[in-house]
Amino acid sequence: MAAGTREAPTMSDTEAGTPDAATEHDAVGDADADEAESRVTGTVPLRVEGLRKEFGGIVAVDGTSFEIEEGTMTGLIGPNGAGKSTTFNCITGVHEPTAGTVQFQGEDITGLAPNKVANRGLVRTFQIARELEEMTVLENMLLAPKGQRGEALWRSVLPFVRGSVIEQETEILEDCWEMLEFFEIDHLAHEYAGNLSGGQRKLLELARALLTEPTMLLLDEPFAGVNPSLEERLLEHIHELREQGYTFLIVEHDMDLIMQNCEHIIVMHQGQVLTEGTPAEVKQNEQVVEAYLGGEVGE
Amino acid sequence: MSDASAAADGDAPDADESDNGSFTLWDQDAVKLTTLVIGLFALYLLGGYLLGYGTRQQLASIGQLSVLIGVFAMLALALNLHWGYTGLFNIGIIGFMAIGIYATAVLSKGAATAEPAAGSTGGFGLPLWMGIIGGVIAAAIFGGLVALPALRLRADYFAIVTVGISEIVRFTLLETEIQKVQIAGYWTGLGGGSGLILDFDPTDRFLEAFGLMDAYIGFSDTLGEQLGVGSNPKPIFDTLLYGLILFVFLIGFYMLLQRTGNSPYGRVLKAIREDEEATKSLGKDTNRFKIKGFMLGCALMGLAGILFYAEQGAITPDAFRPRLTFYVWIALIIGGAGSNTGSVAGGAVFAAFLFRGPIFFKNIVQNTFDSLDAPSTFGQAVSPITGADPIPLVAYTIDNMGQLQLVLMGIVLIYLMHNRPEGMFGHRKEPASPIRLQDRTQPKPAASAAATDGGRDQGGTDDE
Repeated sequence: MAAGTREAPTMSDTEAGTPDAATEHDAVGDADADEAESRVTGTVPLRVEGLRKEFGGIVAVDGTSFEIEEGTMTGLIGPNGAGKSTTFNCITGVHEPTAGTVQFQGEDITGLAPNKVANRGLVRTFQIARELEEMTVLENMLLAPKGQRGEALWRSVLPFVRGSVIEQETEILEDCWEMLEFFEIDHLAHEYAGNLSGGQRKLLELARALLTEPTMLLLDEPFAGVNPSLEERLLEHIHELREQGYTFLIVEHDMDLIMQNCEHIIVMHQGQVLTEGTPAEVKQNEQVVEAYLGGEVGE
Repeated sequence: MSDASAAADGDAPDADESDNGSFTLWDQDAVKLTTLVIGLFALYLLGGYLLGYGTRQQLASIGQLSVLIGVFAMLALALNLHWGYTGLFNIGIIGFMAIGIYATAVLSKGAATAEPAAGSTGGFGLPLWMGIIGGVIAAAIFGGLVALPALRLRADYFAIVTVGISEIVRFTLLETEIQKVQIAGYWTGLGGGSGLILDFDPTDRFLEAFGLMDAYIGFSDTLGEQLGVGSNPKPIFDTLLYGLILFVFLIGFYMLLQRTGNSPYGRVLKAIREDEEATKSLGKDTNRFKIKGFMLGCALMGLAGILFYAEQGAITPDAFRPRLTFYVWIALIIGGAGSNTGSVAGGAVFAAFLFRGPIFFKNIVQNTFDSLDAPSTFGQAVSPITGADPIPLVAYTIDNMGQLQLVLMGIVLIYLMHNRPEGMFGHRKEPASPIRLQDRTQPKPAASAAATDGGRDQGGTDDE
């Protein structure tokens, strides 16, 4: 199965019309080599430094700094109100940070608009799945790919040039079907997204995010409201994607889940990073137990 | 995928109808709409027959109905791009129509190099087609100016801005300072409260442009004689011809908007309607999509305004009160927001039943029951009820149908909101894609066939 679906999330052909098509192709060709290399060197795609966000008098994020290594799965945990979601929103451009910088792949992306952040390959999903309800699952998927020629109004409307739009659409459609099959929700393709169950929505959101060809995914509570069997499937997919070289940053409340699945954990408390390390290290840390579990349960 | 033909003629790919691959003629939206319009014409001809109309009156009635159907369908289509697709709550439609026709008037009215007499002004004397293009561009640019600040607002505040803007436009047209001005040697202006006389007849200009005027007059005389239209048949045929021209424009609108909607561009608009933040998170610059879509819709509203008012011979600012805006909204809600086919159907049904229908109905009833003497006051109409005689009230109601029209529209609107908020066609799945989205044609890998699905506990797979 892995061999068959390996190509699905890489989406090599969609960008045929865009200027960077050539580089994309090369990148795909050497993907495995690059992956291996990057693991060795341990490049840091995301670096957050001294991030601060104030809402009026309330300081939601207070000087947070951390780095995410490429190809890893990092968990961001903390009690309610620790500033996890605000940190997410500052990274992805939903909020403009009051101070501090966010660097993605060596470039400063602090305060960029959300769409620009997404176009650089840093794509998020939402705490409550934000699928587009009155659009079909397939439409949701077709929306995502970057560099669609038909997104220019004149190309979609004028005769002659519309042919190229239709051509690209056929390619995109194929990619979408592959992705839907990878996530095993292809039988729902013509269903309105609003009719999906909570777990299916999360799958759809992840599938849709992958079609934008990200290099790093920020998942905001991807397992909230997902039933156990679907949760397992979602986890499998995430692990499979991580093996393919995607970097993940996950906000999650379920401690067990994070401990078992992430190799690196960042603990936030009162807008600051309390500690970070491997699951084992974090578990040992008494401060974490104090802050997160209220000092009652020892896990 | 064999969808080139469907895309080429701009028809909606009906995913819900195409699954089995079989196609009947009725599945084509164009067939549905044509049938609807012919049905409405037939109804009016029947009504005219009941009224004892002669050929002349019948033709005039059909001509007027076509013009109204054309205008309301075009406006509903333009509004559908704003509301049905993008979710922009525009209740300033009439303002964009006013900008369109006033710009056309100023550009195309006869040139006046000497100061004209009081109460009249001239224009720049450009050919009408240039004036129309100018009017459309003016409406689009004005839409863009409104959109720049307004699109940052939430939906309800945006609505307030648009209705405010349309009233600002109307009050600006009333302004005496720009009633008559001299620009580059030409005397022109917006005419203030007395409005502008449109010294161009669009039908005549159309015929002259193609050198068909003499042929047309000969044709209408001969045909008029044969049909027994009576003396001076030209105005009757003018209305019919203008209705026909509007239908051609309507087809253009429909094809343009079908292409816009069924494209990656239209897909992003729909996504913005559903959830703008999520759309941004997928890397779409939603502001640019919104501004472009808004400007296109405004341009089309401007064009519809030009076509509607150009034929009427004169315009005054009073004609641009917000009432018409709400008519267009009713038309769109009847047809079903989100569907272009529904918009056209809604426009046609609105024009035939709600806009012209009540008066027509009143005429028929009063003609059939000659003895029906309507009481002149409400009191006289109501008091016989105690004596179990409802006839005076019925007669009174029918006699005041013109005033009751708005009440009737309100009732229809409330009924629709309660019982069928999706309108005539709004329930359909019309996936936005230039190609038909059928089930996958290629064989699936065996692995996915055995998809276990733990989360399929939520029904609702059948909302066709």
